[in-house]
Amino acid sequence: MASTAVGQSVTRVDAVAKVTGQAKYTGDFIFRDMLVGKVLRSPYAHAIVKNIDASQARALPGVEGILTYKDVPRNKFPTAGHPYSLDPAHGDKADCTILTEKARFVGDAVAAVIARDELTAAEALKLIKVEYEVLEPLLTPEAAMREGAPLIHEDCPGNILSASGYDIGDIEGAFKEADYIFEDELETSIVQHCQLENHISCAYVDSDGRIVIITSTQIPHIIRRIVGQALGIPWGRIRVIKPCVGGGFGSKQDACLEPLVAAMTLAVGGRPVKLELSREECMIATRTRHAFKFKIKTGVSRDGRLIGMHIKAIANTGAYASHGHSIAMAGGSKFRILYPMQALKYEPCTVYTNLPVAGAMRGYGSPQITFAVESHLDNIASKLHIDPIEFRLKNLVKEGYVDPLNGNAVRSCGIRECIARGKELIKWDEKKARYKNQAGSRRRGLGMACFSYGSGTYPVGLEIGGARIVLNQDGSVQLQVGATEIGQGSDTVFAQMVAEVLGIPVDMVHVISTQDTDISPFDTGAYASRQTYITGMAVARAAAEVKEKILDFAWGMTDIPAHALDIKGANIVYKHSGEVVMPLAEVALHTYYDTVFAKPITSDTSNNARVNAFVFGVTFAEVEVDLKTGRIDVLEIYNVHDSGRIINHQLAAAQVHGGVGMGIGYALSEQLLFDEKTGRPLNNNLLDYKLPTIMDIPAIGVDFVETFEPTSPFGCKALGEPPIIPVAPAIRNAVFDATGVALDRLPMNPQRVFEKFKEAGLI
Amino acid sequence: MLKKISFTVNDTPVTLEVEAGETLLEVLRNRLGYTGVKKGCGVGECGACTVLIDGTPVDSCIYLAVWAEGKKIVTIEGIARNGELSRVQKAFVEEGAIQCGFCTPGYVLTATAMVESGKKYTREEIKRELAGHLCRCTGYQNILRAVEKALNDQAQGGGSCASYR
Repeated sequence: MASTAVGQSVTRVDAVAKVTGQAKYTGDFIFRDMLVGKVLRSPYAHAIVKNIDASQARALPGVEGILTYKDVPRNKFPTAGHPYSLDPAHGDKADCTILTEKARFVGDAVAAVIARDELTAAEALKLIKVEYEVLEPLLTPEAAMREGAPLIHEDCPGNILSASGYDIGDIEGAFKEADYIFEDELETSIVQHCQLENHISCAYVDSDGRIVIITSTQIPHIIRRIVGQALGIPWGRIRVIKPCVGGGFGSKQDACLEPLVAAMTLAVGGRPVKLELSREECMIATRTRHAFKFKIKTGVSRDGRLIGMHIKAIANTGAYASHGHSIAMAGGSKFRILYPMQALKYEPCTVYTNLPVAGAMRGYGSPQITFAVESHLDNIASKLHIDPIEFRLKNLVKEGYVDPLNGNAVRSCGIRECIARGKELIKWDEKKARYKNQAGSRRRGLGMACFSYGSGTYPVGLEIGGARIVLNQDGSVQLQVGATEIGQGSDTVFAQMVAEVLGIPVDMVHVISTQDTDISPFDTGAYASRQTYITGMAVARAAAEVKEKILDFAWGMTDIPAHALDIKGANIVYKHSGEVVMPLAEVALHTYYDTVFAKPITSDTSNNARVNAFVFGVTFAEVEVDLKTGRIDVLEIYNVHDSGRIINHQLAAAQVHGGVGMGIGYALSEQLLFDEKTGRPLNNNLLDYKLPTIMDIPAIGVDFVETFEPTSPFGCKALGEPPIIPVAPAIRNAVFDATGVALDRLPMNPQRVFEKFKEAGLI
Repeated sequence: MLKKISFTVNDTPVTLEVEAGETLLEVLRNRLGYTGVKKGCGVGECGACTVLIDGTPVDSCIYLAVWAEGKKIVTIEGIARNGELSRVQKAFVEEGAIQCGFCTPGYVLTATAMVESGKKYTREEIKRELAGHLCRCTGYQNILRAVEKALNDQAQGGGSCASYR
């Protein structure tokens, strides 16, 4: 079937609103009598709140309310943006309270102020006197796991949040069978999402006594449930509205502000309260990416086959669980499909520390483990004197492979074609030959890395998507989804899907971009790169249902059987010849106003997708390394992805650009730093935290190997998160190629690289 | 301490009393309803709050409202006229330079000032001009393309007519 809409680079449906300043974000909802909420944060990484004296703050004119842990519900609740689990054993870790009586990181929310304006609120914060009993801060997993270390959460012995892994095959037997054994240790650092819009929520109580929360979130339906749990009230008493979101990258797949802002409005009789974090707060008091330490041991045969791999990982999850109990496992599960081997043992351990809370961030554990494994593979290839690409090709997964643990099958796999394309784009062979015998202080090198990832979370998580379509009098439609547009372009691709199925132009599909839990279909939201694939199934079903109803109605009007009809170019046509029978608009008008048969056409569909689709891809990078300064410049970089059929090439390429840009920052410059003794943040602002600027990012080459994924009605698979995954190891491997120095830690900033070069005797 | 000031926003005259400590960002957003002006950091690091003051891009979050006395201010709301997008806006739409959209108004205003200047820019110069803006979605690729396109369209279109008109 020739596509009219799917596969086209259709302009974003929200482009004009965003380029003219009309797009409304949470902070743009300004109520006449809106109050301002602010949070008093702990200056200590680990401390018990002994006493809070807020009397002076309370007396300050303009202060409308002061909250401490004593004034808000003390229910423990989980914050992770996962679907609710009917099985308590599978539920998220509930270790948060709205305000805490024990500070677990510098920045933990100890008290809150509601005041008439920002200045008064800030002034009131200064007047609250808190007496702390300071405890020993546990700032590394090693310190937290030490015998006799104080407990960060009393119910969590050893400060270990989670230690579930897997064991495929007989690892010791595999090591015996292997001709060579290789071992490496690699490490990643804490980074932050730095989406341009800081976390912000506002809340009020409506005339029915329900709490309305307007919030910058990726997961409105989940937020409703979590606020209900936190406040201990029925979930239906909460209404969550998600307007435009200024980026999330996982940090808004979490209930960071909403329970507190709901408590704030309740404290002031339901008046609207805005809670907007500053950039400095946002960088420490929302979520970060887990730092990991890996120990990898791998057995390889003489001819370069991977026999067995044993990975031990320690993840630093910070002060609260957030997504910590699932990230190490998610990364370990999604990577393992890439190189099937007879034995694979994964032993992750996720540990609480007194640092900011690590949670979901683009790739959800995969960038970390992929950095480790793909760097390790290049180390092995070098020791075996095998070309790193040849080494991978010997071991890569093939179509038909089924994951032995979760049963997910590889039904489409373009990884080999991705590698071939990337190799060609960067002129691998030619440059490899050219850079063979370099001398001097500036050296060039080539590197690559592969990844595998999933489309959604099945079978670990529920993958439900909802779509509702209403046919208007003129043949255009409204599309409502519970899936959220956060900048990635999901609304646009959904519009394309509807246009494709209904045979109408994309501009006749009006996507309702705002999610409102009172109105929008149920969908768990934007995470796990799930929406185009998972929600796309619901959208396709809803559109097919509308089409069926339209053709049935046309049958009634024309006596031409529905099965002989189709819709093309917004006309009802004969399926066999394409001859126009009547305009779609004429049918649509009759569905509203026919005096006998009027019945406006709608569909309201939910799809529980009990499938998953693996995606694959590569980064190829060329770097120039300055041995004297440790500076690494990325000269060329290409990402080639198998994300199935591409629905919108322009938007897809844009996702890759963003992921690669973020990956370059992860590789070379970004790291949240903390005082080693106190745990105080040192660079929680956009100047000292080295986010890549336009000067730091080279031209990014993008290509797609378009396989067709049979489980998607459009052949598509995940794309949102994956582009970041292989970037850091590809750059690292390029530096290894250029210098022979096997860097083992992110970020590879000049200071760290310089020290490594010194150690290696290069300087 | 309140001070009475007058300025224009998108050619509309405004007179109001502001606190000495109020920023132009706060006045534009909270009091005048120009919510297209975005706050990303509040300290002049990200460029999301950029407006044009007498034609020059300025971070409105670190510009006191009292300084705006007598100035001509243009916000993102003043760029398209009568529903017609400017060439910079069109270039952003066509090149897919928009994702979450939070940084977009700032970029459009800086690019508008560049187009207005009538100068010719190399790619490196464009990057330098845009380096005061941060974006986390795009890897800067399509933004750079869009600004280059707007500048080229300007060069080909000739003249230095006010592009936001």
